[in-house]
Amino acid sequence: MNVAAPAILRQPVIALVGNPNAGKTSLFNAMTGSRQKVGNYPGVTVERKAGRITLPDGRMCELIDLPGTYSLDPRSPDEAVTRDAIFGRMAGEKRLDAIVAVIDATNLRNHLRFVLELQALGLPLVVALNMVDLAARDGITIDTARLAATLGVPVIETVAVRRRGLDALGTALAGRIGDSPPEPPRAAAGDLKALQKQARILAASVQTATGTASRWSQRIDRVALHPVAGPLLLAAVLCFMFQAVFSWAEAPMDAIEAGITALQARLAATLPDGWLLSLINDGVLAGVGAVVVFLPQILILFLFIITLEQTGYMTRAAFLMDRLMARVGLNGRAFIPLLSSFACAVPGIMATRTIDSPRDRLTTILIAPLMTCSARLPVYAVVIGAFIPARDVGPFGLQGLVLFALYLAGILGALVAAFALRRTVTKGAAPPFLMEMPKYQAPALRDVALGLYGRAKAFLTRAGTIIMASTIVLWGLASWPQPPANPTKPPIEYSLAGKIGAALEPIFAPIGFNKEIAIALVPGMAAREVAVSALGTVYALNDVSEDNAGSLIERLRGAWPLPTALAFLAWFVFAPQCISTLAITRRETASWRWPIFMFCYLFAAAYVAAGITYHLAVAAGL
Amino acid sequence: MTPAIHHRPIDTLAVGEVALISAIDRGGLAPETAQRLCELGFDEGVDVEILHRAPFGGDPIAIRVGNMVVALRREMARLIDVEAAA
Repeated sequence: MNVAAPAILRQPVIALVGNPNAGKTSLFNAMTGSRQKVGNYPGVTVERKAGRITLPDGRMCELIDLPGTYSLDPRSPDEAVTRDAIFGRMAGEKRLDAIVAVIDATNLRNHLRFVLELQALGLPLVVALNMVDLAARDGITIDTARLAATLGVPVIETVAVRRRGLDALGTALAGRIGDSPPEPPRAAAGDLKALQKQARILAASVQTATGTASRWSQRIDRVALHPVAGPLLLAAVLCFMFQAVFSWAEAPMDAIEAGITALQARLAATLPDGWLLSLINDGVLAGVGAVVVFLPQILILFLFIITLEQTGYMTRAAFLMDRLMARVGLNGRAFIPLLSSFACAVPGIMATRTIDSPRDRLTTILIAPLMTCSARLPVYAVVIGAFIPARDVGPFGLQGLVLFALYLAGILGALVAAFALRRTVTKGAAPPFLMEMPKYQAPALRDVALGLYGRAKAFLTRAGTIIMASTIVLWGLASWPQPPANPTKPPIEYSLAGKIGAALEPIFAPIGFNKEIAIALVPGMAAREVAVSALGTVYALNDVSEDNAGSLIERLRGAWPLPTALAFLAWFVFAPQCISTLAITRRETASWRWPIFMFCYLFAAAYVAAGITYHLAVAAGL
Repeated sequence: MTPAIHHRPIDTLAVGEVALISAIDRGGLAPETAQRLCELGFDEGVDVEILHRAPFGGDPIAIRVGNMVVALRREMARLIDVEAAA
């Protein structure tokens, strides 16, 4: 699309550029609202966020939110995207008409250095002086008119989270955008140190009061980073998060479950008994329903992760965890992708792009699937719900504690794996740890809501496509061939799925898994939560009784001994069952070697862990 | 010229003690790391202060550089020298 379109149809492209933590994404959300599209840049997995905005003069523009970077000299794939987009070298990306440099008013001297670097490129530039409210709170006053005059570009004061300054920003942009995009710049300005010095002088000349650097943040950090209180607070935050995932989600989950059961009963009353009713009730509704019911839990988990990221606490967690990560040969920075992996390993693995050392990055990618992702929640929740009594131990619920223990097992497994990997396949010098710790900020409702909306959409899309498809396939496999007229065994044993399960059973029997589990693990390869929908389908079809509306939890309770249930939980701490994770690993490491390695080591770990758990539980007489 | 005796590595500062960066041993760092330090605002003449030391051994440390807070390990901090603020 590099061919110049007629002026009347042409949609100018504006890019938001800035240091990480300048409030770029908040500004993007404030300017575009929900009119945004999140995708990927072709060939790389860096997230591309674009939206449509209308300038005050009526022109429609495309606004893109480029990854945050400290300079135009990239060291991570993320930063390379920003540089390539600015220089017009990004494949499939249109030339930029203008740049909005988003800078943090409380950290003028560092951010101005980047503005000077951008200004040297010669592209039309508007500076958004963001977070002026926080600067005022810290006692920093800036002579904006003087800054604009010195730089020779418009400088607009903004408070992205409160939508302040957006109109002025639009007007300034309208004045900078011509009829055709300018020639892309050739090379970046040279000496960083000289620019740094120039920026310091400029910052000093426009700040009429320098204020005190974010005393507010320092006061919070005195607790959050305290040698004793800090780690305790982090443990409490994580513990509260996992408790909340269970307790807050209870009511909405019951409602969804009741809705599905009611729908099944209604269909059973209207439709004639036959394969269509079975497909809808036992296949689609039992399978997809078993997964959709976990939407509330997944949203609560993401609510916490997005909020922790936005407030700035996530980097404090990385700071506290660095020592521990150093012991296993990683650094605190790896903690952020790993914590994201609690939601899903795919964005977690993508977030490793901010780690500059290739060995560190590879190690982090390989252990990311050990963090308990939200897709495992459905599996854990069903088994815990069925087998762990809902009583209290001290101030905590036993079910929540077991869930916490499973998360802990995943973390310990990851640390052990990292330790082993760093001494074998990813051997090499430990990389430096250097990380900006942004000031604390109250989370903006709009940013949290947009983040959650994106997650809910992605989850329901998965439920409606990959999970629905695998559920229907499984229903087919589990329904044909049909049992003879006078069956002596449950109907499923006559089906194809039953035969596959029977073939796999000898592999899984030593670790206490029955045939139904073996059947469910096959489609569960596609995604972990599919194992639950598969169990839902298998047991729904397996049920010879007339009552077809019993929940999966009740069915499992009758079908599994406790050691099998515990072994199943242990299996899923390590289980390599996620095609998406393996696919993203293939893409990120550019070879089949690492996804195959990942699959094999996780499979071995899962098998051993489930086996040990099963035999210990049997020996303990559970 | 400040006498050399007043120069000391940044990690010897007490928490809350403000000083100026006097020298950075860029030769002891990988070029990318030296550049990132510069991008994060570490430069001769800039005011710094140790804000926090991490639990379990005081490593890493959180340093205020100008108006920014940066976390780094002591191993790297030893390559940054400071002198008393005027």
